Amino acid sequence: MQIPHEVTARPDTGLYNAKLGIWLFLASEVMLFGGLFSAYIFLRMGAEDGYWPHGLLNVPVGAANTVVLILSSVTVVLAWASLKMRKFSQYKLWMGISILCGALFLIVKLAYEWPQKFEHFGAFIKKDAIAKYEPYLGNAHLKEKKLAPRVEISGHLHEVEIDATAADKEKLDVFLKEHDLTSAPDAHDAKLQLVKGHHLTPGVVEHLEKVPGVKLIAFEVALDPVNADPTNPESDKPHFWYKGATEKIGKIQRQDVESWSAFAPKHSPYFAVYFTITGLHGLHVLAGVLIMLYFWLPIEGGANMFKRNPEHLANRVEVVGLFWHFVDLVWIFVFPIFYLL
Amino acid sequence: MSQSHDHGKEVAHGASHDNGAPADHAHHDMHLGLYWGIGGVLVAFTAITVWLSYVDFDKMFAGHGWNIIIGMIVATFKVCLVGAIFMHLKGEKPLVWKFLYFTLFFVAGLFFLTLLHYVDPIFGTTHAHH
Repeated sequence: MQIPHEVTARPDTGLYNAKLGIWLFLASEVMLFGGLFSAYIFLRMGAEDGYWPHGLLNVPVGAANTVVLILSSVTVVLAWASLKMRKFSQYKLWMGISILCGALFLIVKLAYEWPQKFEHFGAFIKKDAIAKYEPYLGNAHLKEKKLAPRVEISGHLHEVEIDATAADKEKLDVFLKEHDLTSAPDAHDAKLQLVKGHHLTPGVVEHLEKVPGVKLIAFEVALDPVNADPTNPESDKPHFWYKGATEKIGKIQRQDVESWSAFAPKHSPYFAVYFTITGLHGLHVLAGVLIMLYFWLPIEGGANMFKRNPEHLANRVEVVGLFWHFVDLVWIFVFPIFYLL
Repeated sequence: MSQSHDHGKEVAHGASHDNGAPADHAHHDMHLGLYWGIGGVLVAFTAITVWLSYVDFDKMFAGHGWNIIIGMIVATFKVCLVGAIFMHLKGEKPLVWKFLYFTLFFVAGLFFLTLLHYVDPIFGTTHAHH
């Protein structure tokens, strides 16, 4: 059965079916992301001074990913224009580059940016204990400069101090072996043990705390530059170049901590909304890559359509292109609000 | 595979395989440069966005939130370029624009509802949440 207006435009609307459909779909997408951006505004405006973090994301990596998406937006429109000009090999080239750009964007997000966050440690200090950690927070210096206070100490976990006197020794040993961790008695207090190892991430420590009888006493952290040298004017504002944890170790007592975790959604409203929006955006990138791949592969409904009906394929590519530009458009807002502002 | 399709390309240049609008070489060739140009402008404005975020506009204008406002103005400009040129909204059919007007109206309403948490127009009050 021939469906009318698959290729040619309806005389009354001036649009072919798929174009009408994609614009209605994009309208619903605007509302979807609009809801999430409004959640961002709500959370950010409601955050107390110092509780909305800045400078935790890698700006050069985010900027490079922005350029990758812009490049893919150019190439996908070139792929469509190539089909309109009936230049099939050019279409394959530009569409292929668009697919590679989308895949590269996802690889950077999923294989680099997100895993790095899941290994980073952050502890929000209780309000009544903040003065005790002044050497890591530098709040007197910030107050003098009329800047927001610091309430978090972050970095890479170096060691954790536990009280294992009441612990199930067998289960603890199995846990330490499973996670390639070692434990040794604390030189200052024989009741306590120091646990360390290359795989000591916040996620592992959360599980360690759940071993029966284990009590978490303190964290020893290789501090981020901002906590290692908090009164350095260089640390007053976030920087373009991302600097990882220093070698300076800071000790934080568990009892002084309001909440602690990896830089994961539960860390703070900031990371909750960051992972929600970038996660949903990432799913859109994945969907776009898969659809573009479908139109690129030599299959029925894909690139093989060129021989039978090139204009129909051009329309399909125009529609996926509109979706792809929308994905780019969302990122244009995501990049500054999470990475820069 | 590519060879067979290149053969198809030659055939498709004629009218027999073209069920829709005729291929218009000159028209689309003319736009290829424009697409690259807009891509370049978007990359340049990405760099400008990054640079502007490190300028302390709050200090410059003795206010609060200026960096966010300026950052959003630049982002909106970039989005307009993507919409107008890449999404062909410039010269698009009126029905698509009608969809957009409705969408923008409702999304503006959504943001307005969020702001009601802070500003109450009925009682003329503002709420400090911290």
